[in-house]
Amino acid sequence: MAGQGGAGRGAAIDISAVSKLYGDFAALTDVSLAIRPGEFMTLLGPSGSGKTTTLNVIAGFTEISGGSLEVGGRSVVGVPAHKRNIGVVFQHYALFPHMTVSRNVAYPLGLRRVARPEREARVARALDMVKMSDFAHRYPSELSGGQQQRVALARALVFDPPLLLMDEPLGALDKKLREWLQLEIKRIHRELGTTFVYVTHDQEEALVLSDRIAVFNRGRIEQVGTGRQLYDEPETLFVARFIGDSTILRGPARTDGSSTALSIAGETVVADKRLDGAVTPVMLLRPEKLSLRRPGAAPDASGLNRLRGTIAEAIYLGSGSKYEVRLGDGSIALVRSALGDEGFAIGEAVDLTFAGSDAKLLADDSSADVMLT
Amino acid sequence: MPMRPMTRVLLGLVCLAVALWLVAPTLVVVPMSFNENKSLAFPPKGFSGQWYANFVSNPEWSMSFFNSLKVASLVAVAATVIGTLAAFGLDRMRGAASGWLRLVLLTPMVVPGVVLAIGIYAVYLDTQLVGTLLGFVLAHTMLAIPFVLIAVSASLEMFDKRLELAAASLGAGRWATFRTVTLPLILPGVLSGLLFAFATSFDEIIVSLFITNPYLKTLPVQIFTSITRDADPTVAAVGTILLVATTVLIGGGLLLLGRERRT
Repeated sequence: MAGQGGAGRGAAIDISAVSKLYGDFAALTDVSLAIRPGEFMTLLGPSGSGKTTTLNVIAGFTEISGGSLEVGGRSVVGVPAHKRNIGVVFQHYALFPHMTVSRNVAYPLGLRRVARPEREARVARALDMVKMSDFAHRYPSELSGGQQQRVALARALVFDPPLLLMDEPLGALDKKLREWLQLEIKRIHRELGTTFVYVTHDQEEALVLSDRIAVFNRGRIEQVGTGRQLYDEPETLFVARFIGDSTILRGPARTDGSSTALSIAGETVVADKRLDGAVTPVMLLRPEKLSLRRPGAAPDASGLNRLRGTIAEAIYLGSGSKYEVRLGDGSIALVRSALGDEGFAIGEAVDLTFAGSDAKLLADDSSADVMLT
Repeated sequence: MPMRPMTRVLLGLVCLAVALWLVAPTLVVVPMSFNENKSLAFPPKGFSGQWYANFVSNPEWSMSFFNSLKVASLVAVAATVIGTLAAFGLDRMRGAASGWLRLVLLTPMVVPGVVLAIGIYAVYLDTQLVGTLLGFVLAHTMLAIPFVLIAVSASLEMFDKRLELAAASLGAGRWATFRTVTLPLILPGVLSGLLFAFATSFDEIIVSLFITNPYLKTLPVQIFTSITRDADPTVAAVGTILLVATTVLIGGGLLLLGRERRT
């Protein structure tokens, strides 16, 4: 998937055991991440999780306290930002307000002493790429946020950097514009083959854009993988809760051979897996793996886990329905049912069923609960 | 809440009185400069431009004018360079030290002029700087630095430092960033600092009276000595010229600052 079209243009990045300390506070702890040439890598996490610090470290805005950092096979530790040849797009555009759009875009070329005819040709090409050619003689203050960010993108790419860093570039824009620009960024990435490193706290955006996603939490990387891997095989409770909706079942656990039983308000559910080590297991269920039945309905549910609950919220989505089901212990389960299912009303008693093979077991982690704001 | 008519009239009268009080001395000087007789009597009699002619032709007046011009120009440049660098350094400093340093740099504005003058005079006697160009420039620069510091700090306050990171990511080193991004964006503050520095030196009288001698007089010193010696309306003519010049200068400075606020 990575590097189609412009293969070989992007730089590989090798972050190895990097730490960053501010006094006693560890902004990054033992962060290691290998990014392939031409890859679209997203650093995803809540605010304060270390994703922006990692980006600033790669850009050269922040020096690391320990570890090693290579871009394109060369160590860049101690190399100042202006000698790294890395494009950066900022959340707040950071266009030079005293220069026109075309002078903004020409700025990095002027510093590199590119001759005027070539400079003009490259500025024109870059503005064309982001569809801003008609605005070349405007000042940034005369442009909308989305237009400014497209100019910033052209400016960061006009000098053909092998690596482009983006720090929540769409964070200040409204949803519709954001979705359109996501597709534009994806297209440009495909056309150029440059390595993109993208910081966001929006998991949906990460899923739309990325080849792979690195999930950050409290200065560490929790897991790196494709969106599908993170959704289907989360390694930590934090990742499971950050990517996609999920239901977490907690209760006294009993491990028996290769299966684990959890007791929830007097009912027992079984997952056919087990966790090693002295950890408290919790059960994770994605909304589409759960189904609802009326109590006492057709007993074809043999071999399935069954929990009693009541419908707390019912949302019709057109393509199906979404339910919040209050279970016996007071916790809420999220259920997505496909089109054509019978409807359930709020307050109705239901049976929640799922297969033991669809339940994931993860170690409990209280920090996973705090961050969802 | 709507004002009662009586209150409104009263308020208007008080405002008028204050306004008159503020501009009255200025308004007295202008007519006096066109007096026909060699007296500072008010109201003046007749109309004549002879005192303006005297200002231009009398070497005592024109010399002191050019002295002031020379001193103020040098002071404006020196204070702008030093004040801008100081504002920059303080802006980039972390911790409480920058607050204290800023206070120290602003003391010439707070300390009574006559106290400063005595100190400067004492030092100048020992170092033989009394009545020298260097002496005037050093003393006035000290007085002018706070004005530059305040003006440049205000525009640095509004300067978005993220632009410097952006410039660095695009390949600009520190000097290139300063030259192409930071300086152009804080230029209005620097220019208004320059104007204030010039004006501060040009009409400075207290310190100048102490460190002057017959060989080097600035215009305010010349005005003061002239008026203590005899009633020469040339003083009023010079005053009128200065009034017009400083109004233009300071007005220009304020305009520059105002334009910066808006952008």
